[in-house]
Amino acid sequence: MSTLKAPITPLDHVKGPANAPVTLVEYGDYECPHCGAAHPIVNLVQEHFGPRLRLVFRHFPMSQAHPHAEGAAESAEFAGAHGRFWEMHDGIFENQDRLGLPLLFALAGALGLSELELRAALVNGTYAPKVKSDFLGGVRSGVNGTPSFFINGVRHDGTYAFDDLVAAIELRLHARAEL
Amino acid sequence: MPILSGGTPAPGFTLPVTPDQNLSLSDLAGRPVILAFYPADWSPVCGDQMALYNEVLPEFHKHQAEILGISVDGAWCHQAFAKDRRLHFPLLADFEPKGEVAKQYGAYRYREGVCERALFVIDRNGVIFWSYCSPIAVNPGADGILDALEKLSHQGSAHEHAKSSNHAA
Repeated sequence: MSTLKAPITPLDHVKGPANAPVTLVEYGDYECPHCGAAHPIVNLVQEHFGPRLRLVFRHFPMSQAHPHAEGAAESAEFAGAHGRFWEMHDGIFENQDRLGLPLLFALAGALGLSELELRAALVNGTYAPKVKSDFLGGVRSGVNGTPSFFINGVRHDGTYAFDDLVAAIELRLHARAEL
Repeated sequence: MPILSGGTPAPGFTLPVTPDQNLSLSDLAGRPVILAFYPADWSPVCGDQMALYNEVLPEFHKHQAEILGISVDGAWCHQAFAKDRRLHFPLLADFEPKGEVAKQYGAYRYREGVCERALFVIDRNGVIFWSYCSPIAVNPGADGILDALEKLSHQGSAHEHAKSSNHAA
């Protein structure tokens, strides 16, 4: 059974209350079609559980297979540095079919962020260490592909179908209720 | 036969690495070697597994380790697969006699005629340090390999330390 080795820190991108009984961590790649397919499902799952669920997204770009994944991850981090991580995250996944630099700049512009600053951050690899640290934490935790999910620190080996994710999260909620 | 376990000397081998070149385990003596036996090029899980190792390659190299993928596919098949997936590490063809090396490591599935999904970390002296056989349909990830390489590095540095303190004494 694989468990999450990298604890959640203030550097993580978190949606939902810190004291939620269940934390869902996703390791994802913005160019991975499965992650794209999982994205609306994850949003529905979060809606379903409301304040009982905290969502964390970490980067796991498979750069050799997906040439735009690293740049997209760094762009999301750039937006995050300006407090707009989740808007950028949603924007990238919702437009995954045209992922590339023009899209990343357009999304930044639409969020009122400077395209020039983003360009400089990508050229300088400003956010590459954060992306790398997410990736390595994932590898050490047994992430073997994307998307990979951890529910309260335990790897979810089921599929990312809505029913599968909801059932697995319910199980954790009940396990807590019985304590 | 279960797969060979830690403490067993790693059986030597020479296998095609391209249609016109061979690679021997002994060519890599002095460095840790990761052997990743897998059932087949192109099958979904293997592709993900090899793609993952491709991404984690810099971490393996930090430990001076080399990774070799091994399956019963032929050298031409490996070449096409590696090119398609942009793999930056060698794939060896355990093709003729089929599965001979996998059999020596206890990592051959006679019924299907393919390799197990089995991992071996071999130390600098050619002894198996760690091994793991994954359920055939499960991508075992890279965490076990990295844990093993880290332990090997610690052992190595402890050994070096012991040597240097002996020397000082």
